[in-house]
Amino acid sequence: MQKISNPVELAGIAKQVRREIIEMITEAKSGHPGGSLSVTEIVVTLFFDVMRIDPANPSWKDRDRFILSKGHCCPALYSVMAKCGYCPEDQLNTLRKLGSIYQGHPDVRFLPSLDASTGSLGEGVSLGIGMALAARLDHSPARVYVVLGDGEIQEGQIWEAAMCAPKYKLDNLCAIVDYNRIQLDGFVKDIMDLEPLIDKWRSFNWHTVELDGNDIPALQRGFAEAAATKDKPTVLIAHTIKGKGVSFMENNPKFHGTAPTREEEKLALQELA
Amino acid sequence: MAPLLKPRTKFELKLGAATREAFGKALVELGDSNPNVVVLDADLAKSTYTADFGKKFPDRFFECGIAEADMVAIGAGLAYSGKIPFVSSFSAFLLNKGFEQLRVTAAFPKVNLKSVGTHSGISIGEDGPSQMSIEDISLACSLAGFVVICPADEVAMTKLVKAAAAYDGPLFIRAGRAKAPVVYQPDQQFEIGKSVELLEGNDVTLIATGLLVAESIRAAETLEAEGISARVIDMHTIKPLDRDAIAKAAREIGAIVCAEEHLVDSGLGVRVAQIVSETHPAAMEFVGINNTYAESGPPDALLDKYGLRAVNVAEAARRAVKRKR
Repeated sequence: MQKISNPVELAGIAKQVRREIIEMITEAKSGHPGGSLSVTEIVVTLFFDVMRIDPANPSWKDRDRFILSKGHCCPALYSVMAKCGYCPEDQLNTLRKLGSIYQGHPDVRFLPSLDASTGSLGEGVSLGIGMALAARLDHSPARVYVVLGDGEIQEGQIWEAAMCAPKYKLDNLCAIVDYNRIQLDGFVKDIMDLEPLIDKWRSFNWHTVELDGNDIPALQRGFAEAAATKDKPTVLIAHTIKGKGVSFMENNPKFHGTAPTREEEKLALQELA
Repeated sequence: MAPLLKPRTKFELKLGAATREAFGKALVELGDSNPNVVVLDADLAKSTYTADFGKKFPDRFFECGIAEADMVAIGAGLAYSGKIPFVSSFSAFLLNKGFEQLRVTAAFPKVNLKSVGTHSGISIGEDGPSQMSIEDISLACSLAGFVVICPADEVAMTKLVKAAAAYDGPLFIRAGRAKAPVVYQPDQQFEIGKSVELLEGNDVTLIATGLLVAESIRAAETLEAEGISARVIDMHTIKPLDRDAIAKAAREIGAIVCAEEHLVDSGLGVRVAQIVSETHPAAMEFVGINNTYAESGPPDALLDKYGLRAVNVAEAARRAVKRKR
């Protein structure tokens, strides 16, 4: 796939992805717009610029892997994968409908070009460790990217995996925390505070990078730093805005898991014009 | 299919290796023949015998620490990338602590993950109920698309571990801690999903799995002396069940006893009963653990106290024969 590294061009793609997220979830009448909008730049930057992938050959053994551990934000992933050519863009609006390849959470049975089925929170880093170990055994240059929600890392399994990855010196593993500070029941700091978050990962022997996860050049630098880091996995603590790009959704817990109405869709698309 | 042995042939049932030990040995042989086989353990490698594989193939052995959930999902990740991972721990921990991961990272995407739980049942003895896995068949069978295997002895375990590696899909193998009576000749062949008829008989059928296979053979010998002829079937694959063998037994004999070292209301027996009721309804009796947790003690004494012996199987067989129409 032809890489796109120009941040302006990537930002343009991100805006189109956001429009599709709004359209898909509105049409489906259910879904998770807030986290899909916060994670958009992360997914766009990885697929269009960072990852070694070939959408024409999705089972290529040496491809980089992408695990959306926060699987509920799959509208962002589906839109990006469609734009890369993995799957049909004109079917995005079948999201969550019976028989759709675009299931409510990522499902390899319906969309085999996904690298993993996800949806139950807390499992992605472990899956990523398995893929990173397999790449090492196969002397493959494949890198593994795992996107985590901030609420998700309240799960204990994340910290089991956080202990494990540095033990195996998995420098081909990169986790990204989409730190948008809102989860279903409210603000993360009120539900179960994560702070001091970067210290937690650092004390588990991860290489840590803190950055603005809606800033494409910052993400590009972060991923380059991860790739250059040897003998350790890297975590990017990516500060993002929940609902990014739509004024009335930004930092609004309501839009964690509520679909926009048709009227809200119209307003959102006007803002994303 | 011809039975392995004629009813008059007495089994010697000498004690052999524990099925967990046979599992460990089979893994080493697999490691030699298949470079894609990898093994994961959660700080019980010396007890599950996966340590033998680790010694021989350190690059393909991943000690995950006491973190079963993480281990299972790491195994799934390896399977996604084309490896044949065996994840192993005590069955109680693997199934209960790793269940969510077995469900979402293995069963649901149908990845090629092999899970092996040792120290199943109450015959682990002195460690007591927190370590005794008496619900693992139920849990494993509740995973859609899973294959569930419970070998009776070292021969069965060795062959079925290799069959498991050759099978493409998620499965669970149940192994025991105690030395197991040897039921099979070394050249016995096994096929996943195909039960083995160990003894011919026409008054009652004893369908058993794991350690209760040997007990059922002993029960058949007792019954024979009373003039009751028992067919003995080793149901080593609990999912998918050998529907033909069960329907045939129900049709031809019409009295069935199921025996297992597991909670009696959620393991092999109820699954067999479903097929019997769908095919040829017959009198059935069940031997297993009755709605309780056991206790510490010597394995033999526990099997006696909790009713998992030949004497219990024979008693159930007499009841079943009486109830035959």
